[in-house]
Amino acid sequence: MENYPVLIVVAPFISGLLAGLFVWIEKRLSYPIVLTGLFISAFSAIQVLIQVIGSGPIQYKLGGWSPPIGIEYRVDLLNAMVLCLVSGVAFLNLIASYRSAEKEIGDRTGSYYAVYNLFMTGLLGVTITGDLFNLYVLIEITSLTSYAQVAMGDRDRGPLASLNYVFIGVIGASFYLLGVGYLYMYTGSLNMADVAVLIKGSQGSSTVLVAFILCILGIWIKMALFPFHVWLPNAYTYSPVIFSRVVAPLMTKVMVYVMIRLMITVFGYDYIFNTLHLSDAVVWLATIAVLAGGVMALAQKNLKKMLCYIIVSEIGYMVGGAWMGNQLGMTGSILHILNDVLMTFALFLAVGNMVYRIEKVDITDLKGLFGKMPWTMGGFVLAAFSIIGVPPTCGFFSKWYLILGALEKGAYHFAAALIISSLICAVLFFKVFEICFFESGSPGHEHSSHGSVVIEEAPVSMLIISGLVSLSLIVAGCYSGTIVNTIILPFLK
Amino acid sequence: MSELLSLVIAKYNYWLYVILMMIGLYGMIAKNNLIKKVVGMNIFQTAIILFYVSIGYKTNASIPIITTADTAHGAVVRAADYINPLTSCLMLTAIVVSVATFGYAMALAVRIYQRYQTLEEDELRMRLSKE
Repeated sequence: MENYPVLIVVAPFISGLLAGLFVWIEKRLSYPIVLTGLFISAFSAIQVLIQVIGSGPIQYKLGGWSPPIGIEYRVDLLNAMVLCLVSGVAFLNLIASYRSAEKEIGDRTGSYYAVYNLFMTGLLGVTITGDLFNLYVLIEITSLTSYAQVAMGDRDRGPLASLNYVFIGVIGASFYLLGVGYLYMYTGSLNMADVAVLIKGSQGSSTVLVAFILCILGIWIKMALFPFHVWLPNAYTYSPVIFSRVVAPLMTKVMVYVMIRLMITVFGYDYIFNTLHLSDAVVWLATIAVLAGGVMALAQKNLKKMLCYIIVSEIGYMVGGAWMGNQLGMTGSILHILNDVLMTFALFLAVGNMVYRIEKVDITDLKGLFGKMPWTMGGFVLAAFSIIGVPPTCGFFSKWYLILGALEKGAYHFAAALIISSLICAVLFFKVFEICFFESGSPGHEHSSHGSVVIEEAPVSMLIISGLVSLSLIVAGCYSGTIVNTIILPFLK
Repeated sequence: MSELLSLVIAKYNYWLYVILMMIGLYGMIAKNNLIKKVVGMNIFQTAIILFYVSIGYKTNASIPIITTADTAHGAVVRAADYINPLTSCLMLTAIVVSVATFGYAMALAVRIYQRYQTLEEDELRMRLSKE
């Protein structure tokens, strides 16, 4: 069907609005409506991926207006992969949310689901669109809905964390908008492919330079690259776990995708690496981001916050790889988008299961968790191994490509930072494992600790999703050669 | 000196938007009161809206509506006679975004005030570190 590309975005949008309406009419219907919308979206995304792999990029003209005047959706291999990831994670998380949502946000679940689907509409739209201004609007839709969901979390700290997130988010999006303004001044067009043709050969133009700097700066703020990361840990820690489970893997990674899209499709490799020579400086910045994220993670007492700082470090990986200026680095970066979405999702699903049972996840609260929640901890261990980069899991392979890229360019500091960050992650996670495994549970459960420990697992629906995603880490690891050969290398050619 | 002055005067719209933007940024970063920060954020967004509207402007041009009188007697419509409507259209969307953000930030400020009875950021931080 030729309308699959638009269905990906429109299905969650309409179902989100309907779910919002049904909050007043019949509350119980909100959930199935939202679920159907995301299912249609995920199904269409997979169809689109199959089409793109089979017969090349798809162009979809919205409303029949042809680009550059109309808005177009353009799906190539990179888009199609990210679309599948976003819609798949959104769908799976919604299934896992069914039991925990009521427990965590009480009677507001209906409106939460509506906002959740609008958030997904934004992310999917950002991924699929081929228009610079449309991208801005969708980034703002994503941001506004995520502000709202952050504020639904911790009643004490949620609103303040959300407000700080608003300030930084607005600065980031506004910088991007300003950059688009300069591009429009120079080219008179907003279509990505059209702009790319029009700015070719304008190497010395200061307008294009300003546009480039503003766009990239805005996206860096949005993706929480190291000096701009301050909003991320608080916002993701104090949001309800059903939301941090999905925002932590998706939001920053989609922004990394936007950065790669701007670099490859709009400004072009040649402009960035041969005219501006920015590669060295940015790779240094990424190196610092990788190390700083790891060191700050070491200082955290709360498990959720610790994972947030690990995300900051992972962002450094992807930015460093993308700005390496060679094919290996870019391959690693794109593969790491896929892997990091899966790894972070698996980690946060496990954290979600813990929160369901023990409410607070300060690291000291986790005592004896291996006995109490063996399946959850199994998933957590797999995901942690993947973050550290233990070979059969997928985290190893993208790290391998990144290190190879760094060595090819001669950026030994970046390669060293990757290895040190693996060590830091190993220390972090083994510290958690030690507390979970060797220290006995809280005194209240002492009476049951002679011989058998009472197993208090999360609901089955959450466990199945958590297990499925954790296993997918190994599957993605085993097939990473296939993924690189069918998706990433043909895209970079 | 006179060259610099003429540069400033010739491109005064850019200077104005940069000054406004910096005022907004200063408000967001330096002010202690949350409402003042929110207002700073709004000034910041307005500066960008003005920038966009000003790049669509042409001297001696009219509003971009082509009437039958313009095209009568076989006259050709010249693009230079009409300002560029696209930038203004884009800004309609950006205004909606900025209104939504502003309203949401204000609602959050009310929430924070109800919970802590203060909007000063240093007091909030003290209260939070105590708890």
